Amino acid sequence: MLQNEYIELPRKRYGYQAHERSKKAKKMIGLKAKLYHKQCRAEKIQMKKTIKMHEKRNTKQKNDEKTPQGAVPAYLLDREGQSRAKVLSNMIKQKRKEKAGKWEVLLPKVRAQGETEVLKTERKKKARKRMVTKVCFVGDGFTRKPPKYERFIRPMGLRFKKAHVTHPELKATFCLPILGVKKNRSSPLYTTLGVITKGTVIEVNVSELGLVMQGGKVIWGKYAQVTNNPENDGCINAVLLV
Amino acid sequence: MAAAVAEEAAVPDVQRLLVQFQDEGGQLLGSPFDVPVDITPDRLQLVCNALLAQEDPLPLAFFVQDAEIVSSLGKTLESQAVETEKVLDIIYQPQAVFRVRAVTRCTSSLEGHSEAVISVAFSPTGKYLASGSGDTTVRFWDLSTETPHFTCKGHRHWVLSISWSPDGKKLASGCKNGQILLWDPSTGKQVGRTLTGHSKWITGLSWEPLHVNPECRYVASSSKDGTVRIWDTTAGRCERILTGHTQSVTCLRWGGDGLLYSASQDRTVKVWRAHDGVLCRTLQGHGHWVNTMALSTDYALRTGAFEPAEASVNPQDLQGSLQELKERALSRYNLVRGQGPERLVSGSDDFTLFLWSPAEDKKPLTRMTGHQALINQVLFSPDSRIVASASFDKSIKLWDGRTGKYLASLRGHVAAVYQIAWSADSRLLVSGSSDSTLKVWDVKAQKLATDLPGHADEVYAIDWSPDGQRVASGGKDKCLRIWRR
Repeated sequence: MLQNEYIELPRKRYGYQAHERSKKAKKMIGLKAKLYHKQCRAEKIQMKKTIKMHEKRNTKQKNDEKTPQGAVPAYLLDREGQSRAKVLSNMIKQKRKEKAGKWEVLLPKVRAQGETEVLKTERKKKARKRMVTKVCFVGDGFTRKPPKYERFIRPMGLRFKKAHVTHPELKATFCLPILGVKKNRSSPLYTTLGVITKGTVIEVNVSELGLVMQGGKVIWGKYAQVTNNPENDGCINAVLLV
Repeated sequence: MAAAVAEEAAVPDVQRLLVQFQDEGGQLLGSPFDVPVDITPDRLQLVCNALLAQEDPLPLAFFVQDAEIVSSLGKTLESQAVETEKVLDIIYQPQAVFRVRAVTRCTSSLEGHSEAVISVAFSPTGKYLASGSGDTTVRFWDLSTETPHFTCKGHRHWVLSISWSPDGKKLASGCKNGQILLWDPSTGKQVGRTLTGHSKWITGLSWEPLHVNPECRYVASSSKDGTVRIWDTTAGRCERILTGHTQSVTCLRWGGDGLLYSASQDRTVKVWRAHDGVLCRTLQGHGHWVNTMALSTDYALRTGAFEPAEASVNPQDLQGSLQELKERALSRYNLVRGQGPERLVSGSDDFTLFLWSPAEDKKPLTRMTGHQALINQVLFSPDSRIVASASFDKSIKLWDGRTGKYLASLRGHVAAVYQIAWSADSRLLVSGSSDSTLKVWDVKAQKLATDLPGHADEVYAIDWSPDGQRVASGGKDKCLRIWRR
C-alpha cells in the first residue's frame, strides 16, 4: 500500500483544499446545518478555554482571594511562635474532650502482669517477703515499715520520681514530676504499691506548662498513660491524656 | 487653720520638726513651719490645702525622700536617718479628684468577629468602642446596649492597628497590606479615600495632637518597610515620607511639642520635627529590637479636650467650638507635662528599658533593668508619675516616672503578659495575658485587686475607657468582652 503517496496524490491533483470547513458550513441547510453549527460552537468554546489556560500558565497570578488564618497582633508578627511547645490550647477543648470520654485511655488492652512476674519471693526464715521487680513510685514522705513487718520490698534502684510526658497535639516532651499512680490495669494491689508498668495511668505535675481553666484557676495535675516498659528502659515515657 | 496650729502647740512633749512643703517640680510652697512628729497625712492635707488656697480640697499624697507618709510623719522618719535640726522637705502630689472603681465582672461577651480580635480602642470620650480583627473587618459596638453597631468592610487583610482621632470623630485603621482607611463612628461608613503607599504592613498609627490642630487633619503611620508617612486625611494623600530607619519601625508617637518619635528594629529611636520632617536626633543604646515606646503625656494627648473628672454615666461627644477644644486640650496637656520637657520610655527585646528626655539630650536619663524576658509594652500612668512595663517573663514592673527608679513587680500571670491599660485616675492597672486572664492591680498597694478569667484563649488587646467605667478585651477566641464594676 502506498500510503503516503495516496495522501499526496489528491493534493497534487487539486492543490490545498483550504477553507473546506467554511465551504461546508455555508452550503449546509436545514436540520443538518443546525446540528453542525451547534457542534462547531461547542468546539469553539473548548478551544477558547484551552487558549486561556495556556496564557494563564505563563503569567504569575497573585492569589489575593482568601486571607490566611492565624491572625496575630502586630507585636507578635515577627516572632516565630514564642516557645510554641509551651503554649497549649485551653479550657474549651479540654471540656469537650472531658465530656466525650472521661476515662478513655490510649492503650485499651494491657497485658496483665502476674504475681510471679512482678513480685519475687524472698524466703528468709519465717517471714515471707516479696520484692517488686518492676519500676515503682513511692512518694515524698515514704518511709519503710520496720523490717519485721514489711511484706513488699521496693528497691531504691527501681524508684522513679520523674516521667517524660509527651503532649499528643504539640508533639513536645516535658520531664514532669510524678504525683502518684492512679491505676495499674493489672491489679489494684499494684496500684496501692505504686508499681508502674506499661499502660498504667499516672498523675503528673503540669504546673510548668501554664494551663489555665476558664474559671481562672491554674491546672497543676493531669493524667498520663505510660507507653513503654520502664523496667527494661530505665525511664518512664508517658503520653498526656488531654 | 490657726485653731489646728494652736491645738498642736498645746501638746508640749511631742518632738517637733520644721517642715517645708515642696511640689514635684521643686517649687516651695509657703514658708517652713513647726509640726509635731506624730502628725497624720489628713492633718498635713488640711494644712497644705489651706496654703494652696483651693476652694475644693484636693486629695494629696505626701512623700519624704521618696517614702510615702502613710500613718504618721514619725513612723516614716523612723526608717530613715533624718536630721531633726534641718528643715525637712515634704513633697506633695495632687491625686486625681475622681476615683475609678475596679472592674469586677464581665457584663457581656460580644461575638461577631469570625477571626481573632487583634486591636481594641475606646474613643477619647469613651462613647464608642471599635475593634479590628483578623477577618479584615472593623466593628463598632454600641456601649449602652452592648450590642454590635456597625461592621465596616474595606480592608483586604488583617486589621493590625486602629487609632481614634483626638476629637473622637474619626477612626483610622491600618492593615497587613499596608493600607489605611478612615471611618466615621456615627454612620459606620468609610470617610475619604483609601490611603495606600506603604509596601508592607502597618505597625502603628498616631494622630496629630488636638491642641496643635483642632481639626485633626494629619495622621502618621509607621510600617514594616522602615518608613513613617504623614497623611493629610482631608485631601487623602501622603504629605510627607520620613525615611531613615533601616529596619521595620515598630512604634510611633506624635508628641505634643511638635516632635515625632519612631522606634525601630534597627535598635534606634529617631526624633523627627513634625512640620517639615527633618530628623532631629537618633537615640541609640538598646542592644536589640525596640518594641514599644511611651510618652509621659500620652494619656493627655489621647483624650484631647475630654476631662475624665467630668465624665458622666452616659458618655457624650465633646461640645464647644474648635477654639474652646483647643484651649482645653492645651491646658490639660500643660498640666500633665509639668515643668520639664516630655519624657520618653522605650522597651526592647534586650530585656531593658531606657528613660530619655528626647527634646534635650541624646543620652538616656536611666537604664531600667530587671526583666527576664522581652518587654512587650510600656505605658506611663495618666498623671505621668509611674511607668508600667509588661513583659514576656509573666511579670509587670512599676518604675518611677521621673527618675526611672524601680518600684515594684506585679506577679500573678502564668504566661506572657501582652498588653496593659491604666485607669484614668492612675490608681488601677489592668493587664491581659497569653494565659487568657485579665488581672486588675492596685498600684498604691502594689497588689492584685481582681482576677478576671473568662476568655477561652489568649487575650491580644485590652483598653480602659477614659471615663473609667468599662474595660474591653479581645483575643484569639474571637469574642470581645466588656467588664464593668
